[in-house]
Amino acid sequence: MKIRKRYFVLALYLAIAMLPIYWMLNMSLRTNADIMANFALIPTQITFGNYINIFTDPSWYSGYINSIIYVVLNTVICLVTALPAAYAFSRYSFIGDKHVFFWLLTNRMAPAAVFLLPFFQLYSTFNLIDTHIAVALAHCLFNLPLTVWILEGFISGVPIEIDEMAFIDGYKFPRFFFFVFVPLIRSGIGVAAFFCFMFSWVELLFARTLTTTAAKPIAATMTRTVSASGLDWGLLAAAGILTIVPGALVIWFVRNYLAKGFALGRV
Amino acid sequence: MKKWQDNRGWLFILPVFLIVAFSAVVPLMTVVNYSIQDIFGPGQRVFVGTEWFREVLTDERLHEALWRQLLFSGLVLLIEMPLGIAIALMMPDKKGFGASICLVVLALPLLIPWNVIGTIWIIFTRPDIGLMGATINTLGLTFDHTANGLHAWITLMLMEVWHWTPLVALLAYAGLQSIPPAYYQAAKIDGASSWAVFRYIQLPKMRGVLTIALLLRFMDSFLIYAEPFVLTGGGPGNTTTFLSIYLVKIAVGQFDLGPAGAFSLIYFLIVLLFCYLFYQALQNVGKGEQA
Amino acid sequence: MNLEWMAWTLPTAVFFSFIVLMLIGMTIWEIKSPTVNRKGFLPISTTRGDRLFIGLLSSAYIHLLWVGLTEITIWFALVISIIWMFLVMRWG
Repeated sequence: MKIRKRYFVLALYLAIAMLPIYWMLNMSLRTNADIMANFALIPTQITFGNYINIFTDPSWYSGYINSIIYVVLNTVICLVTALPAAYAFSRYSFIGDKHVFFWLLTNRMAPAAVFLLPFFQLYSTFNLIDTHIAVALAHCLFNLPLTVWILEGFISGVPIEIDEMAFIDGYKFPRFFFFVFVPLIRSGIGVAAFFCFMFSWVELLFARTLTTTAAKPIAATMTRTVSASGLDWGLLAAAGILTIVPGALVIWFVRNYLAKGFALGRV
Repeated sequence: MKKWQDNRGWLFILPVFLIVAFSAVVPLMTVVNYSIQDIFGPGQRVFVGTEWFREVLTDERLHEALWRQLLFSGLVLLIEMPLGIAIALMMPDKKGFGASICLVVLALPLLIPWNVIGTIWIIFTRPDIGLMGATINTLGLTFDHTANGLHAWITLMLMEVWHWTPLVALLAYAGLQSIPPAYYQAAKIDGASSWAVFRYIQLPKMRGVLTIALLLRFMDSFLIYAEPFVLTGGGPGNTTTFLSIYLVKIAVGQFDLGPAGAFSLIYFLIVLLFCYLFYQALQNVGKGEQA
Repeated sequence: MNLEWMAWTLPTAVFFSFIVLMLIGMTIWEIKSPTVNRKGFLPISTTRGDRLFIGLLSSAYIHLLWVGLTEITIWFALVISIIWMFLVMRWG
């Protein structure tokens, strides 16, 4: 009896939490005229026109491609560079280690708005404006510290004796690292990749500042459309729904690691 | 924990160090340079000393924005922490299809781009086409977050709670999952009430993750920008102008690089102080768990 | 590479050079005689580097308070900060 009540409340919360998303889905399946004329809980005349619009207009779908390119780039850069760093923070003690670690974390917590102006000029100087790599690098500012932090937690969960044993057995460091150690912490790498993807995907401020056309993210395309055409709610809702899809897919794949990652990774 | 004493550790962290330094150090130096000069255009600048700092520190609107920010962050924490814990307690314990579905649905708001969050809530709360706005208006109450400051706050709080409570819930859930079943069995034998189980077993075990949740939520709510910018644009009037929004107004809207630089540095110092205090607290939590 | 937009001035250049020199100095000091964790009048036990950071951060706040609350020249705040830095490094 008690159990049932508890699940009832949980289901109620989740249902309420889904309402705003459901409402956007509802809008995305209707024409603009229908949205303004009728207030309907369940769409009566379903149309996929808004989605077809997005998939056939390059200025829309290129936004998705751009976003995915820089998010993947960012995730790869973060994992490749953060793995050895996290290993070092976990295994070695060296001069200034704690201070460098804290300094990295402050960048995760620094207000993005603080750096916005000089960021643009810095990336202009290196001719990086409007490239995917620029956004990927800029997102490293907050994703790299987070990745290092998560991976450090996972690596510290592996006893240091394993490393020592392997070296006694005659493993050279690179071989040990890639063939023994990395497989040991693969769930940690999965969780770290998930967080990189998530924060890079949802960030807008840097992505919008550093791009103009060639690498413009979908989120920025949406803000432009709001001001330009003003009231095309159906199209806007469809674009919004499509931005949720990649996130939903990613979270489905890592769902079993998620709880573990939070607990071990000390996010 | 045992560690190898070896300064070659620096070689391992060098790539991370360089990438972050590239994006962090030069912009920070530039902001410091801006903050003590009056900049008219390229190459045209005058040294003004601490003028901008004095102006920003005595700016009434900045004080208001700061108090508004603190109130907002405080309220957010007061609502999200207990709610998140409650949701985590209600989640299914056993792994299975049900638990997976719950996790995915719960975490969904976390993976939506921040400005899309704003868009969702505009669509949801509009009095003419929004489900929430229209429903409230049908009940005979007027609700309009574009005209009424209080309504704008309520909408923002709802959005923030909707958006970020899942993070607290996920963290608390992870903490609960790490409790060995033996603890519950022992409590059952002792005939402990569910309140006692919560107070003496679950809450202490969640302390670590809850501290992290508290830190992350404080930081991110303190820096909030995109969602209120899209939803209310800082209005009506200045009622939802938080620190980040005010800063971007000065820097981009009025292009006052000097005052914006001084503002940025003060903002950064506030965050840095909180970061350091929280980081120390976090370290001590870690020590407590190991002991 | 044009770095004119960084808008360097003499005071900021001096400031950052000083910070860099201080970091180098701390590193050399650390190699010569490694620091030990100790408990002073600060509520947490600190290493030399921690005390430097605490000193610098609180100095920044001293300057801000001075500028915000008084009209007097900032050099007084600098003098107070230097004394405070010394206290923290020595007995913190």
